Amino acid sequence: MTKNVKFKESMKAVKAFLIRMVQNQLFIPLAALLFLVLFNIVVDPSFFRISLEPSSEGYPVLSGYLITIIDNASELAILAIGMTLVTAASGGQDISVGSTIAIAGSVVLRVLCGTDSRPETLKAPIIVAFLVCVIVSALFGAFNGVLVAYFKIQPMVATLILFTAGRSIAAWINNNELPVINDPSFGYYGNFIPGIPLPTPVFIAAACMALIALVLKVTNLRLYAQSVGINPSSSRLNGINPQTIKLISFIILGICVAVAGFIKVSRLSTINYSVVAKDIEMDVILAVALGGNALSGGKFNMTASIIGAYVIQFLTTTLFKFKVNSAAISAYKAVVVIILVVLSAPYVRKKLVEFRKKIVSHKVKVRKEVA
Amino acid sequence: MEKSAILEMRGICKYFPGVRALEDVDFTLREGEIHALMGENGAGKSTLIKVLTGVYPKDGGTITLLDRPVVIRSPQDAQKSGIATVYQEITLCPNLTVAENMYIGRTKGPLTNWKKINADADILLSDLGIPAVANQQLGSCSIAVQQMVAIARAVDMECKVLILDEPTSSLDENEVEKLFGLMRSLKEQGVGIIFVTHFLEQVYEVCDRITVLRDGKLVGEYVIEDLPRVQLVSKMLGKDFDDMADIKSEADTENIDYNSTPVYEARKLAGTTGIKPFDFQIHKGEVNGFTGLLGSGRSECVRAIFGADKVAGGKVMMNGKKVNINKPLDAMKNGISYLPEDRKLDGIVGDLSVRDNIILALQVMKGFFRPFSRAQAEAFADEYIDLLNIKTASTDTPVNSLSGGNQQKVILARWLLANPVYLILDEPTRGIDIGTKVEIQKLVLKLAAEGKSVTFISSEIDEMIRTCSRLIVMRDGKVVGELSGEDLNQNKIMATIAGGES
Repeated sequence: MTKNVKFKESMKAVKAFLIRMVQNQLFIPLAALLFLVLFNIVVDPSFFRISLEPSSEGYPVLSGYLITIIDNASELAILAIGMTLVTAASGGQDISVGSTIAIAGSVVLRVLCGTDSRPETLKAPIIVAFLVCVIVSALFGAFNGVLVAYFKIQPMVATLILFTAGRSIAAWINNNELPVINDPSFGYYGNFIPGIPLPTPVFIAAACMALIALVLKVTNLRLYAQSVGINPSSSRLNGINPQTIKLISFIILGICVAVAGFIKVSRLSTINYSVVAKDIEMDVILAVALGGNALSGGKFNMTASIIGAYVIQFLTTTLFKFKVNSAAISAYKAVVVIILVVLSAPYVRKKLVEFRKKIVSHKVKVRKEVA
Repeated sequence: MEKSAILEMRGICKYFPGVRALEDVDFTLREGEIHALMGENGAGKSTLIKVLTGVYPKDGGTITLLDRPVVIRSPQDAQKSGIATVYQEITLCPNLTVAENMYIGRTKGPLTNWKKINADADILLSDLGIPAVANQQLGSCSIAVQQMVAIARAVDMECKVLILDEPTSSLDENEVEKLFGLMRSLKEQGVGIIFVTHFLEQVYEVCDRITVLRDGKLVGEYVIEDLPRVQLVSKMLGKDFDDMADIKSEADTENIDYNSTPVYEARKLAGTTGIKPFDFQIHKGEVNGFTGLLGSGRSECVRAIFGADKVAGGKVMMNGKKVNINKPLDAMKNGISYLPEDRKLDGIVGDLSVRDNIILALQVMKGFFRPFSRAQAEAFADEYIDLLNIKTASTDTPVNSLSGGNQQKVILARWLLANPVYLILDEPTRGIDIGTKVEIQKLVLKLAAEGKSVTFISSEIDEMIRTCSRLIVMRDGKVVGELSGEDLNQNKIMATIAGGES
């Protein structure tokens, strides 16, 4: 008898733990990741094979689908950081991310190449190009931020301006030429540093995550952004300036765009204005949504957004691996995304909880009637 | 002679979880009368209106319209039965024309003869004396005219009952006059008008009858001539005017040195929210209060002191030194705290934890780059949860899952933690249980005894008498009196609030 009671209690504890886990914000993105992993294990375990192979320059580097995923997800993860903050503070999303990456990349090339589109040597140190690109991107971020914070334009409409104009501005910066950089050292940032077997973007993304973790630790950015997103009027009466916080979040996203743009041009050592980072804004917004963050602003979980970014890249790479026609990939992705986003929507989760309660109470009723 | 009743509501009940919003309320509207529905906030006015217009289903009672019982399930039902409503906020579309707004949703079939509609609209507008043209964009009209267009729309639907829910709160005097003119001419045509407003003067200007609600119950229905203003105020506040039970102030006012330099002093402080420039001062250890009916400008005054709304002019001194307070942070840095009237909208940050809500103000004052450590924040939160006896599962609980009284205590904790020299409490006791009310009143007196200055605002007069040693009385955005000592009694206060001839 006592054994039975003990067993029941431990079952209860397990159940409580499971419920807590399911309600955790990290649950959906992690569950999605697990599902993708299991799917690949079942269908083709070779998906997870990682091997050392000589790179194009002859060094041994790691290769395999997993490496591709963490490599290609780098830009997405970096952008998810900024997008999470913008979403939290302004309750809207920046859709100009892809276009402003084109601008950022174009600025890097313009500084490195000068007016010569096929330079023999770099016209400026790479660090200078990078810093100029950060400043320019931050300014474009500030432009979006001012429209949203001070002119009270909906974020999606405000950023529609650069979404439309960004790629033209990028082309105009380089006189519509497509500069190519021959210096191999420029390619290190988007590919491999000689002697290091992991792709560099992975390190850059990790550095960005560490940086934002530090910023969230030593400043009140989290508290302020959440507070402004939840209740701007109340925040103002507590001495916070909601406009400034919104502006800052857009500037931080601008800096994220600069880093992502720098990686993008470094990968190819050139740029194609019309296709670079195309539609990336949608993937970034999905990463934030997948992380269970309310797209209407307020509380956020940075880790969940970043995991969301990796899940999306995992999905994309899985689809590529199964030779899904590249034109059809978006459609497949859409189906998966619909399921995930609907499942993580607060409304649906509330309904699920209610449904569960109903079943439980029904069971209890039946038991009582039997008794 | 008794006119026939158009609308009769009998025994209306409406319950919300944990609240009896309306209990056994009767309301009768007669043909061709303007009937004021009065009561302080939470009295049940808007709930009654919403039951009548089908926004809320009623939990009991009957509604009879023109001697026929009706069931109103939705606002559309109400419209079809001839009940039209004009709300405080314009619910029309400013980017459509006047005529489009008047006829939108009421045209039959796919084809619409706009020419005829425009002509009809023009006739109706000129009949009602509304200075607007049918094909003018609604947004280009003044708020008053927009309000009138909304009424014209209602009139054209051949409404029998017209509900005006605080239509005058954003109008200036001339515009109000025009609106009243329109109301009177509708009255001539036999329309019954329900007029909801906070402004006493307006009630006595246009209304024939008054129904007073308090705490969801019917206080009574009165013919306007039988109910002088002071009586009306006492009915609304629930204090019998003749009940002379004089509650002695428990505050220890003897230690206050009124000749010293005031902790806070404002001269000709002007806001942008419709209050007239006012002078105000408060001394160390003093508790004073702003009183007046809702909408009299008492909240606007304290918001101006805190810099919550744009300050338009005036001079502010703290301890005799001139300071500039243009935004809340300025006020906070000068040691002023402000607990806002609207807890949900301006007070709590809903989804954030109790801990974050408590430390928010102090954290902002400390600075963006100097966050409190988790342990320090926990310590602050625990201290004030104990001190104010806040009932919460943990410091991590989102504040919006707490009860109203506990939410209020969290905000109070936030501002006490900021350690102000001057604390402004705007309706700290509204909508919370009696026990907590008393706790808060005691706390206010304790703070004053410790040498802090407190401005305390409450709709409940006896609460103000118990805690304040000086009352500033406001009416229609103006300071109309200052009462202290002997004058601090119900009758005097109500007479000053009501003003006018009675």
